[in-house]
Amino acid sequence: MSIEIKMAWRNIWRNSRRSVLTILAIVFATMLLVFMLSFQFGSYDTMINTAVKIHTGHVQVQAEGYRDKMDVRLVVPDPGAVDDVIRDIPEIETYTSRANAFSLVSSSDRTYGVLLTGIDPEREAKVSTLKKLVRRGEYLAQEDTDMALVGELLAENLKVNIGDELVALGQGRDGSVAAAVLKIKGIFSSGEDKFDRNSIQMPLGYFQDVFSMRGAVHEVVTLGKSLEDVKKIKKELGAGVRGMDNDGNLVVLDWMELMPGIVQSIKLDLVSGLIMYVILIVVVAFSILNTFLMAIFERTREFGVLMAIGMTTGRLMRSLFLESVTITFIGIILGIISGGMVTWYYQVHGILISGASELLSQYGLPERMYPQLSVLSVSVGAGIVLIITILTAIYPVLKVRRLRPVEAMTAV
Amino acid sequence: MYLQLGWRNIWRNPRRTIVIMTAVIIGVWAMIFLGALMRGISEQMVRNGITTLTGHIQVHHAGFREDPIIENSIDKPEVVKAALSRILPPDTRWTTRVRVDAIANNARHSGGVTLVGINPEREARISFIGQAVTEGAYLKADDKYGIIIGKALADKFDTKLGRKLVLMSQDTKGGIASRAFRITGIFRAEMEATEKQFVFVTIASAQKMLKLGDGISEASILLADYKDADRIADSLKGVLSSASYDVQTWRELLPFVTAVLKMYDWFIYLWFLVIFIAMGFGIVNTILMAVFERIREFGLLKALGMKPWWIVKEVLTESFFLLILGMVAGNVLGFMSVFALAGTGIDLSALSEGLEFAGMSRIIYPVIVVKDIVAANLVVLVLGLLVSAYPAVKAARFTPVKAMAHT
Repeated sequence: MSIEIKMAWRNIWRNSRRSVLTILAIVFATMLLVFMLSFQFGSYDTMINTAVKIHTGHVQVQAEGYRDKMDVRLVVPDPGAVDDVIRDIPEIETYTSRANAFSLVSSSDRTYGVLLTGIDPEREAKVSTLKKLVRRGEYLAQEDTDMALVGELLAENLKVNIGDELVALGQGRDGSVAAAVLKIKGIFSSGEDKFDRNSIQMPLGYFQDVFSMRGAVHEVVTLGKSLEDVKKIKKELGAGVRGMDNDGNLVVLDWMELMPGIVQSIKLDLVSGLIMYVILIVVVAFSILNTFLMAIFERTREFGVLMAIGMTTGRLMRSLFLESVTITFIGIILGIISGGMVTWYYQVHGILISGASELLSQYGLPERMYPQLSVLSVSVGAGIVLIITILTAIYPVLKVRRLRPVEAMTAV
Repeated sequence: MYLQLGWRNIWRNPRRTIVIMTAVIIGVWAMIFLGALMRGISEQMVRNGITTLTGHIQVHHAGFREDPIIENSIDKPEVVKAALSRILPPDTRWTTRVRVDAIANNARHSGGVTLVGINPEREARISFIGQAVTEGAYLKADDKYGIIIGKALADKFDTKLGRKLVLMSQDTKGGIASRAFRITGIFRAEMEATEKQFVFVTIASAQKMLKLGDGISEASILLADYKDADRIADSLKGVLSSASYDVQTWRELLPFVTAVLKMYDWFIYLWFLVIFIAMGFGIVNTILMAVFERIREFGLLKALGMKPWWIVKEVLTESFFLLILGMVAGNVLGFMSVFALAGTGIDLSALSEGLEFAGMSRIIYPVIVVKDIVAANLVVLVLGLLVSAYPAVKAARFTPVKAMAHT
């Protein structure tokens, strides 16, 4: 075997210019893929984490049907019992309860429709980023009652500021009219327009009084240590909630079910990306196919001699295949190194996509993006290049099978 | 003679020529086809945006953009109407609307919607709603209590045709106006968000509910050719003073779509470049091989008195044929794939919620943009010849004696 490796290695450098160009083509493709995939995975991570931290947490317990209808009557009637179940699941780091009601909110001269959310200030701060998003005023304290946090765009629309009063009008759990006067304690900004334009947070206890919730909530939100825990949490929480023996009205939903839009748009982005990469690599493959072909055809006479002095076709093919594979691996390794370095640079410094903030905020992404170099992004990128290049290398090698020593030696 | 020589030379080794041509063909095809798909996505987005109550140009009260509330309505619509009928070309369609945020309630549910008061007849010729009603009937001009809502909203509210729906909003006096409507029609739209957001009543009943008098929120204009939007918007600005009116084109009204358009522009050309680099390596390598195996030949030509520049030209001619053949086939393939999909489109309904999230339609139809085709072909031809200059110059540099002695 070692003689074959040696032969392959020397053969590669017989025409160094050609080999270098071929390797460069592979380096280019690998580098591009490693970088692009790292960039995509990085943006997915940001997207998911932002959304999970602002909105859904990792896994929630809700009444069946609440996700689609957000009906104030579809409640988790006894959140305390759910909390007991949660405390037995070690993967769940923190949890909290929320209640929501769509309400008409008026300032002295404006009225808007708003999603009012009741939160438990202390526990909420551990689950979501809300506390950090408060830009003016203060976050809610545990003992607050008629205080509220207002989204920045909503505050602008309502023309209100810290200390101003809002009147909220909605429908309680029992169908009665629910009304409350709230004092603005803080103004938050998440960067996600829809959320900042459309939401008000108030203390859960006061919310339950105003909306006649009788101790019920709409969502019990849990957060695990990382996204990897979600499956396990969902399973255990599901078993626990079923074991609580209420009428089977409760469901356990993970963030993917709560935000199907995000999951699908990631899929869409990934699939369209992969299609592009495969097309690109096929173009590269045809670009280098000629090198592989030529490396073999210009040496027909040589092969004839080798075969005449007793080299089997199998061994010859192995040696030639080794040649192409070596070129491929050199290219891919250099590609991973250079792609990794480029990615690493931007991972530290970030890429400023100027002028696209409008677009990015739609996905909850900041204007400066950070690619995320990972085993996955490197191996997927390099893997695609490897598979397609190796397939390309096989075709010319197979041609050798038909060579006969005498004819080969007389070939020009 | 160059042409003949070049043409014959590329067919001396047909396999090699075909391989590299395949690279060019796939490359050009990928440029054209994926470019057309991206254009299709963005064009569809623009079209959706424009028919979803935007139009090409809108006129609002000057304060509306900053603060879209009922007080910022146009209280003298006759001024706007007069200006429109004077300035707009005769084949332009336009309408006036009342548009306001409202809360919809029925016995069991409540939620935020955008209440749109329309002139049924004029509206139908401009926006999607004219053809979108799938159950019940479209509004009639004298319909005082009829309301059309989206399918998604009807599902969310557990309601159906003939049921009551109460709308509440702030009126011009700062009070809360409310009015009960009966659902007379249910519409479907490209986006679920549209179905959830908009409810339609006649403009007269909206004005009455909001104590708006004759006031309107906006005039929306659909031009025969959207490219005229800037020009016509400018002439409208000349008549409607900017102190009381705000004239905007769809680019300003749909910032998200405009941003997507810009990004795609940038992205398509980047894609062209990346694909070119991928095949560039192959082009250089192939021509290089073709040159090096003919060292003796070039030496002989030079010995016979051929100038170096002629050799460069000869090699470039070969590369030109390779590129042109690949481009022609690539273009043909690209156009064929676009036309094959022109009827059915690519159905991505399986990912509908992701599409919704990205503001895309469920079915994508590729669209050929001449500018892109020209750009793709130019990139391949110009850059292709440019990289071929390297082997060509190499060939021209061989000294006759050395080259002829080469084995």
